[in-house]
Amino acid sequence: MPLVRAMTGGFTPPWPSKTPGIFVLLLGVLIVVALAELAIGPVNLSLQEIIAGISLSADSQGSIIVSYIRAPRLALGLVVGTALALSGCALQGVLRNPLADPGLIGVSTGASVGALSAIVFKDVMLGMLPPESHVYVLPIAAFAGAGVVTGFVFSVSRRGGATSIATLILAGVAVNAIALAMIGSLIYISDDQQLRDMTFWMMGSLGAANWTLVTVSFAIVAVAAFFLFRMGRELDLFQLGERAAYHSGLDTERTKRKVAVLCALAVGGVTAAAGPIGFIGLMAPHMARLIVGPRHALVLPAAALMGTILLLMADLGVRNAVPPAEPPIGLATSMIGGPFFLWLLLTRMKRDGLNA
Amino acid sequence: MLEVRDLTVRFPSGFVAVHGANVKVRPGEILALCGPNGAGKSTVLSVLAGDRAPSLGVAELDGRPLGAFDARGLARRRVVLEQSPSLSAPYTVERLAGLSIGVEVPPGLMHDIVHRSLEDVGLANIKDKRADLLSGGERHRAHLARILAQLAAAGEVEGKYLLLDEPTASLDIEHQISVLKIARRAADNGVGVLIVLHDLNLAAAFAHQVGLMNRGRMVSTGRPPDVFSKECLSEVYRTPIEVESDGRGRIRIAPLY
Repeated sequence: MPLVRAMTGGFTPPWPSKTPGIFVLLLGVLIVVALAELAIGPVNLSLQEIIAGISLSADSQGSIIVSYIRAPRLALGLVVGTALALSGCALQGVLRNPLADPGLIGVSTGASVGALSAIVFKDVMLGMLPPESHVYVLPIAAFAGAGVVTGFVFSVSRRGGATSIATLILAGVAVNAIALAMIGSLIYISDDQQLRDMTFWMMGSLGAANWTLVTVSFAIVAVAAFFLFRMGRELDLFQLGERAAYHSGLDTERTKRKVAVLCALAVGGVTAAAGPIGFIGLMAPHMARLIVGPRHALVLPAAALMGTILLLMADLGVRNAVPPAEPPIGLATSMIGGPFFLWLLLTRMKRDGLNA
Repeated sequence: MLEVRDLTVRFPSGFVAVHGANVKVRPGEILALCGPNGAGKSTVLSVLAGDRAPSLGVAELDGRPLGAFDARGLARRRVVLEQSPSLSAPYTVERLAGLSIGVEVPPGLMHDIVHRSLEDVGLANIKDKRADLLSGGERHRAHLARILAQLAAAGEVEGKYLLLDEPTASLDIEHQISVLKIARRAADNGVGVLIVLHDLNLAAAFAHQVGLMNRGRMVSTGRPPDVFSKECLSEVYRTPIEVESDGRGRIRIAPLY
């Protein structure tokens, strides 16, 4: 704190004095987990090999593993974790409900329907497009699917008030049921090769990471994250309810549209690259609020750090559980996230009932 | 001046909440809207707040239609305390009180404004408490501090308005009076105040003008002693009501049971 005060010329910053320390700590944990992601695996690598791999002077087998397999995988993990955590945070803020999660309310499933349609109708769709645009088709289809779902969820969310847990979860059940029927139809009409692509993709994995995929999803998520990070005050004002937020000078309809589009973009972008990965968007903002308090200007960056840490830890877990086989990362996040969600639901229901 | 002329509000269900009402909120004056439940008082307030467009008639701020203002422009001219303000995040009282202040206000000034408004509502001593855990009355006062801070932060704008929807409903007598004194002070500083109020005695004691509404219509408007007659009140509230006057323009209203 004295350091901060000295740096800012005696001005006391408007956040709790321990906050900068918390961010340094989170960043430290993230660096450790990221290094572990690069070092640990079926082949354990040394720091020298990692540095050689990152600096693109790949000469040994180890450094080639880093630069072609583990580094893109790490980069994709950072992008996916950030996107899911920020989307969860923004959805929870606008819906005024801490149980909103891109997976639970069906945004990820919507993105899946979009992406799977692109896989199944690849030949029909891609025939018309130049080959260099193919890498964008999956994200665009996923964005469209996610956009339809966020639009639907915002239209059923109660105008003016907080969206009740019951509304949110029932909307999620409905969306997921419709989406699963559509996915079922896609599976029914697909051929063997498409079926294999779809099954692998549906479970969620960072395993397909390569630099092209990382670049595309990074570009998409960077745009969404840039705007989401700046929405702290808008999300704070939403905690007063839509009417009071409007009275305080916020164009609430514009904010909702912005969040819907940015979340669809972020979730669509990473779902196209890594498949549907659940519960990161639920857990990361919740943990972030526990450690930095309720202000969204702090919750957003803390959630992004938390989301990447959680996702990389889950990836480390699945990669090293039964090497060299690799269970899908979606299994790990659901295995931790499912009970977490249940706990959150039960404690909130005990306190406020289903209409909270 | 903030006003509605020949205001009719029809809800999507077809229910007509307000029929041809005229309401003028003048700078430096307190106007109290009174009347039974469902009379249309809060609907008039929501039109004046810019939440709802008139189905028929006009709603204007200084001759300009309210619909022509954007959210930020309106937020600098009028502040609104809802009937049941809510908060779904565990902010401290101090943070809640500063929440509606625009980002363009420098932090030092914001700090001063927030403290002054917390002192006005008598919550300065619990500024670090969590606002979502306060009692109903304290929470209402914390939200009042928030909109007073918003009003103060708007600076020296000509013609500012304070709209309060039943601000005293959850308060004890001491704080009911203190809220009306705050409204009075605002009016003395040139702010136009509209209060939806059930307590006729408070309205008679503090308002410069009162409007009595019933079933969506404005029954009568004017100075409190002129509007609050025994006959008129007894008919509107369908309850025998006695009005005593001290002969110097002050009245006391009492229902007979």
